[in-house]
Amino acid sequence: MNTTTTGHITGIIANLAIIKVQGPVAQNEVCYVQHEGAPLMAEVIKVRSGYAYAQVFESTRGLKTGTPVEFAGSMLEATLGPGILSRNYDGLMHDLNTMEGIFLKRSDYTHALDLERRWGFTPLAKPGTLVQAGDWLGEVRENAIPHRIMVPFSLSGTYTLRRVEPAGEYKVEDTIAVLTDAAGRQVEVSMKQKWPVKQAIRTYIEKPRPYKLLETGIRTIDTLNPIVEGGTGFIPGPFGSGKTVLQQAISRQADADVVVVAACGERANEVVELFSEFPQLEDPWHPGRKLMERTVIIANTSNMPVAAREASVYTAMTIAEYYRSMGLKVLLLADSTSRWAQALREMSNRMEELPGPDAFPMDLSAIISNFYSRAGIVKLRNGHSGSITFIGTVSPAGGNLKEPVTESTRKAARCFYALSQQRADSKRYPAIDPIDSYSKYLEYPELQATLAEAILPGWVDLVNRLKNILLRGKEAAEQINILGDDGVTVDYHLQFWRSEVVDAVILQQDAFDAVDARTPLARQKYMAELVWDICQMCFAFESFEEVAPYFKRIINQMKQMNYSVFESEAFTQFEAGLQDILAERKTN
Amino acid sequence: MEILAFQRVYTKIEQLTKATCTLRAQGVGYEELAMVHGRLAQVVKIMGDEVTLQVFSGTEGIPTNAEVVFYGKPPTLNVSDALAGRFFNAFGQPIDGGPEVQGEEREIGGPSVNPVRRKQPSELITTGIAGIDLNNTLVTGQKIPFFADPDQPYNQVMAMVALRAKADKIILGGMGLSNDDYLFYKHVFENAGALHRIVSFVNTTENPPVERLLVPDMALTAAEYFAVDKNEKVLVLLSDMTLYADALSIVSNRMDQIPSKDSMPGSLYSDLAKIYEKAVQFEAGGSITIIAVTTLSSGDITHAVPDNTGYITEGQLFLRRDTDIGKVIVDPFRSLSRLKQLVIGKKTRADHPQVMNAAIRLYADAANARTKLENGFDLTDYDERALRFAREYSDRLLAIDVNLHVEDMLDTAWELFGKYFSKAEVGIKQELVEKHWKEMPRKLPQLSL
Ligand SMILES: Nc1ncnc2c1ncn2[C@@H]1O[C@H](COP(=O)(O)OP(=O)(O)O)[C@@H](O)[C@H]1O
Ligand SMILES: [Mg+2]
Repeated sequence: MNTTTTGHITGIIANLAIIKVQGPVAQNEVCYVQHEGAPLMAEVIKVRSGYAYAQVFESTRGLKTGTPVEFAGSMLEATLGPGILSRNYDGLMHDLNTMEGIFLKRSDYTHALDLERRWGFTPLAKPGTLVQAGDWLGEVRENAIPHRIMVPFSLSGTYTLRRVEPAGEYKVEDTIAVLTDAAGRQVEVSMKQKWPVKQAIRTYIEKPRPYKLLETGIRTIDTLNPIVEGGTGFIPGPFGSGKTVLQQAISRQADADVVVVAACGERANEVVELFSEFPQLEDPWHPGRKLMERTVIIANTSNMPVAAREASVYTAMTIAEYYRSMGLKVLLLADSTSRWAQALREMSNRMEELPGPDAFPMDLSAIISNFYSRAGIVKLRNGHSGSITFIGTVSPAGGNLKEPVTESTRKAARCFYALSQQRADSKRYPAIDPIDSYSKYLEYPELQATLAEAILPGWVDLVNRLKNILLRGKEAAEQINILGDDGVTVDYHLQFWRSEVVDAVILQQDAFDAVDARTPLARQKYMAELVWDICQMCFAFESFEEVAPYFKRIINQMKQMNYSVFESEAFTQFEAGLQDILAERKTN
Repeated sequence: MEILAFQRVYTKIEQLTKATCTLRAQGVGYEELAMVHGRLAQVVKIMGDEVTLQVFSGTEGIPTNAEVVFYGKPPTLNVSDALAGRFFNAFGQPIDGGPEVQGEEREIGGPSVNPVRRKQPSELITTGIAGIDLNNTLVTGQKIPFFADPDQPYNQVMAMVALRAKADKIILGGMGLSNDDYLFYKHVFENAGALHRIVSFVNTTENPPVERLLVPDMALTAAEYFAVDKNEKVLVLLSDMTLYADALSIVSNRMDQIPSKDSMPGSLYSDLAKIYEKAVQFEAGGSITIIAVTTLSSGDITHAVPDNTGYITEGQLFLRRDTDIGKVIVDPFRSLSRLKQLVIGKKTRADHPQVMNAAIRLYADAANARTKLENGFDLTDYDERALRFAREYSDRLLAIDVNLHVEDMLDTAWELFGKYFSKAEVGIKQELVEKHWKEMPRKLPQLSL
């Protein structure tokens, strides 16, 4: 790349600028359109016979032909260093809090890190050691998290560590170490580095298969279709089915060191909810710490520039990879990946590219799977491991799952949490369809082994038995619908109501109730076993009409248990009440 | 907007379509306003020195030698307190015979609010309609449309909601409004003595459809003036956003863009979001609440316009005629207010969330019972009770002619629970049941539970 390349605008269609270029230009190179003295950031997305096609990350209002353009000589980069956590960024990693005024002004590009703040640095590596990109040189405390200062990812090959600064207070741009390469050339290293967001950070030695549950406290996920550390999942569902509520619950409750939330083309008020609540809410895994301490938010809401939507998910992924390289357990959430795909579609249509299905770009599937493949658990050179668990939502047009974004994502993600309109309509939240949804990880012997150890030997069997109850309940409901209540035997009603117990007690969970919202694993195990016991019981019924009222009492009692603090007096009382009800009709 | 003497006049149009014209011109800015043959137009594409203009009132009769003059700026609105009580067309020109508004000239469709400068909405809006206040509670700073077939009385409901909402200003953005409906709004506001709180930007069915594209931005620029500069609570009514989207598709199809679903432009989501996301609650107390209508064709919410809208707005209020009671109701199944959890049980009585959910669940049981009935099956005693409950619930709470305080809505719901169901069937948290349960005489013999 060449830093002296310039150009001028020759065409504008919405946020696509066509630029006549003088000098060399790279695909995905960043450039600045000099509009009335204000540089507007843009990214080259196509080059053809002397013209660069660039997506402008700002409103193009007022741009004229002839407007000068300067090329930056670099691709779209994330700025990495201590001080990312607790911050709110736009899609290009500008700090939203340090921008001026109520409204977003064009070209108000704020710095991602606080350059003045001093961090307490402790060296980790000894001079004389051979190091490579990603190796840990030192450490600072970022909130309560050990933030490793690493050899810059952009350095290739092996270097000798000449000098590390002693423990002390440093700013992010201060030199904290000096390296030399094989030829003896010196490289100064600070706590700040840059990385092009569309490239994966690959400083690990291997990517094993995930094997460990990532606890979310959401029963229908943890118990029935668990997500794992380093796993991938997606949540498709029509509007209003509960994608955002579910994702936000995961962001609050999951057992992660760092949570990166990419609000991609969705509502601003939903991000405001995070901004305003996370600084107050307790981190359930670290009493005394606030959720915001482990969280970073990348917000490109639906009214922010469309072109930056794509950038926002890549920026988020790059930040996640940065923390993963420190040996941390990172959770990355994106709501909604469909908006990113739509942004790609808008741009591809403007460039009059040959459209694929539903006018999305032809390579949509490859783009999505490439992105999901950046998640995963990794083994670092120093023996530590880190992980990125990625869960994205998908917003299918018309709620129809046979559309390109859902279908492409299904190929890339290993957990599928399908939200059903019908469940949402009948307020059975979270509306994850227990029968269509799956977690491929349940089939992994590695995970089965750790679950058996962490929860109960044979846990996966129990889970499959519960799933079977749900399936048989659905079949029974269909039969009853076709033949009528009295057209089937009482057994069918029993079969149906057993599945209703599983549904009401395990699947349904009130995200807005202080107690019910989060169910720790031990409690999930307790309730799953209790539900299974009930599913195995035989009851005496004279007629089908007795079944529903009886089971409603059972369900009501168990719901009261769910609303009570585990093993509290109230909980125990409701459980005793449940046993009384069961004793009334139990025959085995 | 007068044409200044030094402005260059172009007279050679090279290309004309129904909504656009193209000519060669220099120094033109993107989204700049122009006058083509006496009609307002806006720059939508620049390719070298070829400039394409979207002519708002259509290009019928425009000759290739028509005069074209550029204004050097995008569309603007003069904002000041003098906007209040006035009626304008889509270009912000008075249509009430009054004078031009003096004030600060602002570009319409301006920048977005920095999300970190927003405040989380938390102020309840009460409308007296239980289908809204009880089941789909509204909050200032919210954006929510009515989803309704064209024959539903959505304009009446919107006017009623606007008047009961206690807003400092009501801004009406009318798009493809029939003249009768326009006069209806005018009369309702006049009769309520609210005219001084109203600002209207209206494109009626008599005006060219593409002009509509300016209406939301005009209305919201006025709204931002009152909400930001004056810290007022502003309510914006947009009727009808489906007709707005139709105008978008007319323009994009004329520009040979590849249409996506339902022949809507691929950018429909972003186009609609830019409008709806203007809804905001500010720290300083000002707010913009948007209540819109999206008309449906025979209740189809999978069509691109309602579908994209639902993904953008904070819920939707679904109007439907309930043939059992012969009234229009706010359908509890398809309706949703996403911001309700910020206020229910907090700004309203603690039992509100559970009562709301329980009633809807029981109403869903009634719907199942009705399906059974329609399929010719016998009903159980529970089915019978659920059906009776549903009828009374619909009549006393869901119908849009209800006007109650939230507490009375909750009490009515408890009364219906007690009348038709046992405590276990209602399934509400024990402590709430103990506090609010109303033992009522049963109409039907109760099963021994
Ligand atoms: N787990 C839940 N518990 C209670 N209510 C829920 C739950 N999930 C969703 N809801 C309700 O559904 C509404 C829409 O959910 P949301 O996550 O915003 O939908 P989506 O993102 O799919 O459009 C919420 O505002 C809330 O009222
Ligand atoms: Mg959502």
